[in-house]
Amino acid sequence: MRPALTKARSVKSKDIHIMKPVLDSHIPDGPLKEKWGNYKNGIKLVNPANKRKHTVLVVGTGLAGGSAASTLAELGYNVKSFCIQDSPRRAHSIAAQGGINAAKNYPNDGDTVWRLFYDTVKGGDYRSREANVHRLAEISNEIIDQCVAQGVPFAREYGGLLDNRSFGGAQVSRTFYARGQTGQQLLLGAYQSMSRQIGLGNIEMFARQEMLDLVLVDGKARGIITRNLITGEIERHAGDAVLLCTGGYGNVYYLSTNAKNSNVTAAWRCHKRGATFANPCFTQIHPTCIPVSGDYQSKLTLMSESLRNDGRVWVPKKQGDNRKPKDIPEEERDYYLERRYPSFGNLVPRDVASRNAKYACDEGKGVGETKLAVFLDFAEAISRLGQEAIAARYGNLFEMYERITGENPYETPMRIYPAVHYTMGGLWVDYELQSNVPGLFVLGEANFSDHGANRLGASALMQGLADGYFVIPYTLGNYLASNDLPKVTIQDEAFATAQTESTAQIEKLLSIQGTKTVTEYHRELGRIMWDHVGMSRTEEGLQTAIKEITALREDFWENVLVPGENSTLNKNLEFAGRLADFLELGELMARDALERAESCGGHFREEYQSEEGEAMRNDDLFTYVAAWAYSENGHTLVKEPLEYESVKLTTRSYK
Amino acid sequence: MTESMNIKLKVWRQAGPKAQGRFETYTVPDANPHMSFLELLDVLNEQLIKSDQDPVEFDHDCREGICGSCGVVVDGVAHGPQRRTACCQLHMRHYKDGDTIVVEPWRAEAFPIIKDLVVDRSAFDRIIAAGGYISINAGAAQDANSLPIAKTAAELAMDFAACIGCGACVAACPNASASLFTAAKISHLAMLPQGAPERKSRVTAMVNQMAEEGFGDCSNHAECEAVCPKGISISTIATMRREYMKAVLG
Repeated sequence: MRPALTKARSVKSKDIHIMKPVLDSHIPDGPLKEKWGNYKNGIKLVNPANKRKHTVLVVGTGLAGGSAASTLAELGYNVKSFCIQDSPRRAHSIAAQGGINAAKNYPNDGDTVWRLFYDTVKGGDYRSREANVHRLAEISNEIIDQCVAQGVPFAREYGGLLDNRSFGGAQVSRTFYARGQTGQQLLLGAYQSMSRQIGLGNIEMFARQEMLDLVLVDGKARGIITRNLITGEIERHAGDAVLLCTGGYGNVYYLSTNAKNSNVTAAWRCHKRGATFANPCFTQIHPTCIPVSGDYQSKLTLMSESLRNDGRVWVPKKQGDNRKPKDIPEEERDYYLERRYPSFGNLVPRDVASRNAKYACDEGKGVGETKLAVFLDFAEAISRLGQEAIAARYGNLFEMYERITGENPYETPMRIYPAVHYTMGGLWVDYELQSNVPGLFVLGEANFSDHGANRLGASALMQGLADGYFVIPYTLGNYLASNDLPKVTIQDEAFATAQTESTAQIEKLLSIQGTKTVTEYHRELGRIMWDHVGMSRTEEGLQTAIKEITALREDFWENVLVPGENSTLNKNLEFAGRLADFLELGELMARDALERAESCGGHFREEYQSEEGEAMRNDDLFTYVAAWAYSENGHTLVKEPLEYESVKLTTRSYK
Repeated sequence: MTESMNIKLKVWRQAGPKAQGRFETYTVPDANPHMSFLELLDVLNEQLIKSDQDPVEFDHDCREGICGSCGVVVDGVAHGPQRRTACCQLHMRHYKDGDTIVVEPWRAEAFPIIKDLVVDRSAFDRIIAAGGYISINAGAAQDANSLPIAKTAAELAMDFAACIGCGACVAACPNASASLFTAAKISHLAMLPQGAPERKSRVTAMVNQMAEEGFGDCSNHAECEAVCPKGISISTIATMRREYMKAVLG
C-alpha cells in the first residue's frame, strides 16, 4: 500500500489550505523577506496554561535536539528527550570544528542577510528551497546572541568584541568560532540549557535509549518505541508530537567523519511508516580529512576547512613523484585550486575542492604511502605570519594531526584526502519542518531542507540551532493548537504492534548465527558506496551498486553473526540493527543518484560535465526535490518542484 | 610498509554491575603501528566473535578525542601513556612488538560498572543539572557585541570550557573526586560577566551535588590534571574553592 502523501491538517494561517494531493511545502505567501514574519503573524498559539498538557518526544540531543528540547521546556511544554549515548552532551555535533555563520556584518565587509541567503542557495547549487534558506539567514544573528548569552566562549578581538573568520564559498568573514571546537561549545551551551530544564523537572531525560519505531495513531505521529541499550528492554512512549533530531546517514559509507554510533535507524523507521525521504544521494565529501592508513581503519578524522584559509593545496606536477615535499622545488608543484579557480583559490566550496583532489590522485599525482592524498602546506603562511600566529589559529588541529599521523605539520605539509562528512538529504519536511506524517517534525541534519545539493562550511551548526531555538517553537505550537489530539496511551494497539515488530527483528538478528560479522558486512557496504555512490558517479556504476547492495543485504539476513544476547549491553546487536537499515538506504541512494541525470553540488555524474570537467546542472529537468515514498513493493518517486522567485539560476562559478 | 606487532592484552571482563569481574588475557597477533588503541580493541573483538566468545564492551563514539565517550585505564593510567590524549587518539606506534597492555574500566564508587569497560557516568550530568549553566531562555538575549569581554578572559574561559566530561580525572584521583570536572565548569562560567548573577547559587549547588553523588574530596594530588586529555589546570579547583567560600561566607 502506498502511504498517503497528503496531510490532513486544519487551516493554519489564512494563506495555507488543507488537503493538497502532492507534497506541499506550505511556503507562506508574500515577498521572500516577509514570509517568516507573515507566517509568525498568522499562526495559532498554545495558551501558556495549556502547554504543560502537551508531551513532546524529542529524539536526539545534538544541536537541533538539544536546542529544541530546552526551548520547548522553557516555554512550558512537557518534554521527553532521548539519546543513544550515555549523556546528551556527547551527540556528534560536538565534533564540529570550524564555526557558525551569521550575517552580523561586524567586520563591515559587505555582509547582509540577503548575501548569506544567496551564498547558501548558490552553494547548494540551486536545489534548496528559497523560503527556508532565507529564514535561516534571518535567524542566524539571533543564534549568535543566544549562544553568547549562554556563555559560549567565542573567539574575541583585543577590544573585547567578537572575532570572525572566512570560510569556503563566501567572500566575507561571517564565521564565529571557538578555537577549533565550535561545535563542542555550542553543543555544551544547548546541553547546559537542557540540563537546567532537567533540573527543573521540565525535561525527562532518557539516555542510552535507541528509537526503533514510530507509532502512528489515526494517521498522526503519537509515540515511539525505544530500546534500553543497557537492559535490552523495549519501551513505549506516547506524546502529542515527535521531533526527530537524529543527524545524518554518512555512516552508510562505513568510513566517514561521523561518530561510530551515528546512524539512520530512527529516520529510516519513520520512512517505513510513511515519511518520504528526500534527495538521499546528496552527500557531502569533505576535502580536508586525514587519509586512510589501513584495513583496520574504523573512522576518518576531519581537519577543519578553516585550514584552507592559510594552507595551500598542491601536488607534484610529475606523476609518481616520491621525493619528500621539501625537496620538490616551487616550479615543480601544481597549486591546482589556485590555478583553476583564481578568484576563490583554496577557498572553493567543499564539493569542488574534493573532486579536484580526486582528479589529482586519479592522474597519478597523489602523495604519501597510499598515493591517495594531496598536500596542504602552511610553509608560506608560517613565513608570512610566524609560527605563533598559525599556532594560535590552528594549534589544536595541528596537534591532532600529529597525534594521528606522527608527522609535524609545522615542518612538513599535511597530507589530506576527501571523506564523507555530511548528508544534505534526509526526511522530507515542509516550511514548518513537518514531514508528510502529521505530528512528525524533523530538525537539523536529519531533514533535507536547507543545503540543497551541497552545504557550505559553518552552516550545519547554524541550521541545527535555528531549527531548535527559533523555528520549532513556532511551528510546533501551530500544529498543537490547530489539531484535535485526543489522549493516546501506551496501551493503544498501535504501540503493541510496533513493539512486536521491533522485538521480532532483534530476535531474528540474534538467531541467524552465521559466519560474517556486522563490521565485515558494513565494511563491504561502505566499499560499494564509496566506489559507486561516492565523489563521482556513473550510470553503470550505480546499477552495479544496486545489484551488489541487494545481494549483500540478502546475504546479511542469511549469514550475519551477532554475538551475545538482547538482555545486556550489546554493541554488536545495536550496530546490526543499524546496518540492516543502511543496507536498505544504500540502495535508495544509488537509485536516487541514477534518477538524477545531472551533476549538481555533491552529486557528480561523470556523464554530465563540461569539457573542462566542471559539473553541468540540468535546471529544465531537475529543479525539484526528489522525495521517495516507501512501500513493501519498493519506492515511488514524488517530486516537489522548486520555484526560484528571487534568485536567478546561474552556473555556479568560483573561477 | 609498516610491520605488524604481536600485542598481549589483559582486559577486565565483568558481565554486569553485580557480577564478579576478572582479568582475561588475549593476544592480537597483527597489530599495526598506525592503528589507534580502540582499533586494536576492534580487532580483538572481531577475533573474539569469530571464536564464539563475547566481545569486550567499551564506550566510544567520535574517536577524535572530543565527545568524551571513551575512557579506559591503560597500564594503570587513565587514557594511557600519551599526555593530553584520550585513548581513542592513542596510537599503537607508541608500543612495540611483544608488549603486554593492561586495560581496566574507570574505577570509582560514583561510576558503577555496567559491563566490561563501560561505566555509568550519569553523576556528571546531575552535577551540571544542579547549576552548571546560565539561565537564559531562547529569544531573550541582547546583541552579542553589546557585552565586550576581554580577550584574555574569553581565552581562559575557553581553556576551562574545553572539558569533554570523560571522567579520567575521577579515575585518576586517589579519592575519586570529581573536583576537576566540576571546577572546570564553575571556572568557565565565573570568567564571564554573563555568569555573574548566578555565581553563588551555582557553586554551592554543584559542589553539594558532587558530594551527594559519592565523589571524594580533593586533597591536591593533581593526578587529575596529569591525565586530563584537554589539559584542564587544577587552578580551576582553587577557583572553585574561592567561589565556594565567597558564596557561603559572603
